[in-house]
Amino acid sequence: MNPSTRPSSTSDTLTNDNIVIRTENVSIFYGAFQAVRNVFLDVPKHNVVALIGPSGCGKSTLLRCYNRLNDLIPGARVEGKISYQGVDLYDPKIDPVEVRRRIGMVFQKANPFPKSIYENVAFGARINGFKGNMDELVERSLRGAALWDEVKDKLKESGLSLSGGQQQRLCIARTIAIEPEVILMDEPCSALDPISTLRVEDLMHELKKRFTIIIVTHNMQQASRVADMTAFFNAEATEGGSRFGYLVEYDKTYNIFNSPKQQATQDYVSGRFG
Amino acid sequence: MTSISPGSEETLIDSSIKFQPERLINQIFRWVTIVMAVSVGVILLWITYSLLQIALPAIQAFGLGFLTNSTWNPVEEIYGTFPQIYGTILSAFLALLFAVPLGVGVAVFLTENFLPPKVVTPIAFIMELLAAIPSVVYGLWGIFVFLPAIRPALQVINKAFGWIPFFSTVPGGRHLFGASLVLAIMILPTIVAISRDTMTSLPPQLRQGAYGLGATRWETITRVLVPAGLSGIIGSVMLALGRAVGETMALAMLVGNANKANISWFSPASTIASLIANQFGEASGLQKSSLFYGALILMILTLLVNILAQMIVGRFQQVE
Ligand SMILES: Nc1ncnc2c1ncn2[C@@H]1O[C@H](COP(=O)(O)OP(=O)(O)OP(=O)(O)O)[C@@H](O)[C@H]1O
Ligand SMILES: [Mg+2]
Repeated sequence: MNPSTRPSSTSDTLTNDNIVIRTENVSIFYGAFQAVRNVFLDVPKHNVVALIGPSGCGKSTLLRCYNRLNDLIPGARVEGKISYQGVDLYDPKIDPVEVRRRIGMVFQKANPFPKSIYENVAFGARINGFKGNMDELVERSLRGAALWDEVKDKLKESGLSLSGGQQQRLCIARTIAIEPEVILMDEPCSALDPISTLRVEDLMHELKKRFTIIIVTHNMQQASRVADMTAFFNAEATEGGSRFGYLVEYDKTYNIFNSPKQQATQDYVSGRFG
Repeated sequence: MTSISPGSEETLIDSSIKFQPERLINQIFRWVTIVMAVSVGVILLWITYSLLQIALPAIQAFGLGFLTNSTWNPVEEIYGTFPQIYGTILSAFLALLFAVPLGVGVAVFLTENFLPPKVVTPIAFIMELLAAIPSVVYGLWGIFVFLPAIRPALQVINKAFGWIPFFSTVPGGRHLFGASLVLAIMILPTIVAISRDTMTSLPPQLRQGAYGLGATRWETITRVLVPAGLSGIIGSVMLALGRAVGETMALAMLVGNANKANISWFSPASTIASLIANQFGEASGLQKSSLFYGALILMILTLLVNILAQMIVGRFQQVE
């Protein structure tokens, strides 16, 4: 079967104006090395889309292309078309800074700035020239990230004084504060304890009412708990011996975990479930 | 278990016998280290004690007035170092004024992908060479090349902005301003090297976090990276300040050695270090004692700078 088959079983949710991000035949290169090959993937609005697959299959690589963070890596190159609300993200006229203001990102390792909790959240708004009530924005964002009650009395303290789980929620608050339309999350819970993980997952259910979320995760249970749609990627060796990643199957999460169409998907998800 | 433990004990004893020469070397090394550590402390105490002892007559004669008095008169035996203290602090301040923005700027340029690595490496190398030039060479180059070269420009500044007190004198052959510029070049490598190390050691996640929130490269640098690296940058500035305050040879050659605190940067001045360098040869009695008093002040000044540096760096590290 063609690994890049576009999902047909979900056509009910995937009408054209429902799609926020459209990935059409995208291949991604680092120099001469092709990391990701021929991906088709459409992200519907107000959904959580999980990207799963073995290590090195290019999940982070693909994710970073959605907000053009790969621009920062010398030699990184994208072929094919990624469009956001109908606009080609790699059009030369597009300002990558503007893209990143609309498509926010939360990283695997919590990376608060060495500033106060308040300033961490206010950072994005400040550089955007936000004119409104900053206190209110900070509170709203921290509430949105389910962190407000824990930090409301110490907003002046360094963001680095928080626990790992709190730091990750601070990073989420910081991202919500710029009011993006899409939030990209690259293994946001991989460094968190189970309780913090559950809190972030609850948060995602809450967040998808306002945002569209694409999340990379190695945790099958997490994908099945939070995601509406799941994309399974795999890596394959080329004739030359290097490995490239490709999309094996993209479908409703339930289908991926219970009735995958591809044997590779079946093996991967069942392997993880034991 | 029981059969193993006696066996392992035996090997322990065996090895301790076998390695006895090595243990002896360890012992010797330990003692050498202790002796060295102690002698460093002794030398420090010795220097401080002799400074105090020899300076004592001058301290008794002039007290704290030594810091505010502008007379240096070996004939009447009246000594004060106000112009030198003023010149020391002002020249160091001016040098920092030029070297800090330039040094931090160069450090940022060298680290933040502005330039291809092919260009960065030679620039970094040249910076290190700059640090290796002896200060007497700077002095010589300053007198015969640099000061004459900038003189026309300074004269223009004097003509146009002479109404500002700092530029109010017509620049002659040697002046505080020119000396400070050379000083700035001398301390630049320190600032660049340490600031650059700080910037490269910042976690890349910080950069990504800022870019990921839609910050431009400029915003990332000024609002995230430089503040995050502030402790290192301040550390480099303090180190440079320490060097600027104590720098002797180049200043003695360039500053003009005028025993007068002048508001104008374009007039000759003097620093504590240059005063000592110029006078130690023929000094005796109260004059010698006064030079030691000056040296003591210089030492306290550099000590203060260092303590301040520790405090500032410590404070910023807490925030990080
Ligand atoms: N900055 C880079 N420069 C060159 N190659 C890279 C870079 N980042 C990733 N790669 C390569 O691209 C391929 C995909 O990497 P990527 O990090 O996207 O995988 P991943 O699916 O996110 O893996 P993981 O689950 O371990 O995070 C790998 O072969 C990797 O070596
Ligand atoms: Mg990854």
